[in-house]
Amino acid sequence: MSLDRWVVCEQCDSVYTRRPLRPGEVADCARCGHHLYRHHRFDLERLLALTLATAIVFVMANVYPVVALNAQGAYNAATIWGAVIATWESGVAPVAFISALLVFFFPLSQICLFAYVLLGLRRGRRPAEFRQAMHALSLMQPWSMAEVFMLGILVAIVKLHGVMTVIPGIGLWSFAILTLLLAALTSYDLQDLWDIAEDVEAGRPA
Amino acid sequence: MSGRVVTAAEMGLIGCRRCGHVMQRPQAVEGNSCARCGAGLRWRKPQSLERCWAFLIAAMILYVPANTMTMMKTINPFNSTDDTIMSGVIYLWAAGTPELAVIVFVASVMVPIGKFIALLTLLVSVHRGSSRDRVGRTRLYRIIEKIGHWSMLDVFVVALLVALVRFDLFGRVEAGGGAICFGGVVLLTMMASLSFDPRLIWDTPEKT
Ligand SMILES: [Zn+2]
Ligand SMILES: [Zn+2]
Repeated sequence: MSLDRWVVCEQCDSVYTRRPLRPGEVADCARCGHHLYRHHRFDLERLLALTLATAIVFVMANVYPVVALNAQGAYNAATIWGAVIATWESGVAPVAFISALLVFFFPLSQICLFAYVLLGLRRGRRPAEFRQAMHALSLMQPWSMAEVFMLGILVAIVKLHGVMTVIPGIGLWSFAILTLLLAALTSYDLQDLWDIAEDVEAGRPA
Repeated sequence: MSGRVVTAAEMGLIGCRRCGHVMQRPQAVEGNSCARCGAGLRWRKPQSLERCWAFLIAAMILYVPANTMTMMKTINPFNSTDDTIMSGVIYLWAAGTPELAVIVFVASVMVPIGKFIALLTLLVSVHRGSSRDRVGRTRLYRIIEKIGHWSMLDVFVVALLVALVRFDLFGRVEAGGGAICFGGVVLLTMMASLSFDPRLIWDTPEKT
């Protein structure tokens, strides 16, 4: 029995032998119920396309204002960076700093690192900094909060709605799509990507 | 699966926490590096309980000023109001948006407090070497891992309102110290749950 056929449950330490799954099937731990691994048909092209789409939407979500306010002629539009800077100027620098990390830098880094890893694998080899990139991806995963920010935008809009005229911007739609694409991208199991990398290096088709 | 499952610890195996690669003896030793990804091998998360306690207690202490200090100041030429998390929720309810009040209440009050209680339960049960309902406790851990970050909601709402509402004539919104404390609470509870090792739930022997 070769070692890479084994799976250890990270939540209860049980050992299993990997078995092939049907499409859509998930292997659960018999002892604690944790999802061990799922069926995946890794299509590097498709995953790369998803990454590039996410990158484009990320740029749009950050270039265009998310919402604009109109209060009897006075007009103010806010981009995501605008929100970070305004929070900084408002005297709560830690809030600005944390928000910038959680909704800007971490998602941006995830997109760039995915692109880096996938572009390399598509050329049939592990990129030079593959290990570091994969470690950074796994460390950032819990701290990337685009979806929470999305809900925050909606709450802010409804809060202001009664008082002023709220005009949703292109940035809002882009950010909504970004949330979905980012969720799709990070739903891929990084451990599978390690397996793919080994297959690619060994010349086996992914 | 028939009968009892075998654990990696019993077989002398360590599953890498980063890439899932399974290492066998004699390489599977605490402190060695994973052959595939180079991450340090850990039999269990190091100082799991101590770190979890530390982050949790810090979060609970910080939760007090997070709720008593001003989260958000609304200033206009005529008056200014200071809102805490709870007064913000009450405002949303009174303003005719009860759905929103419920969402913010769940994210800012129920999730953090639920997380405190859940982590305390897990920590105390592991210290007591409990063998009761391990599946349920592991599930509890998975739930708090999944929902913890949603508490950041109110902090983001305040940041957005600060950026949007800044008019000379109609007033502006400023963030208060409560927002800093609350953001800290969310980060600390997330670090607490990341430090906790659910395998500790399963390490105690079955009581007969
Ligand atoms: Zn398990
Ligand atoms: Zn590894």
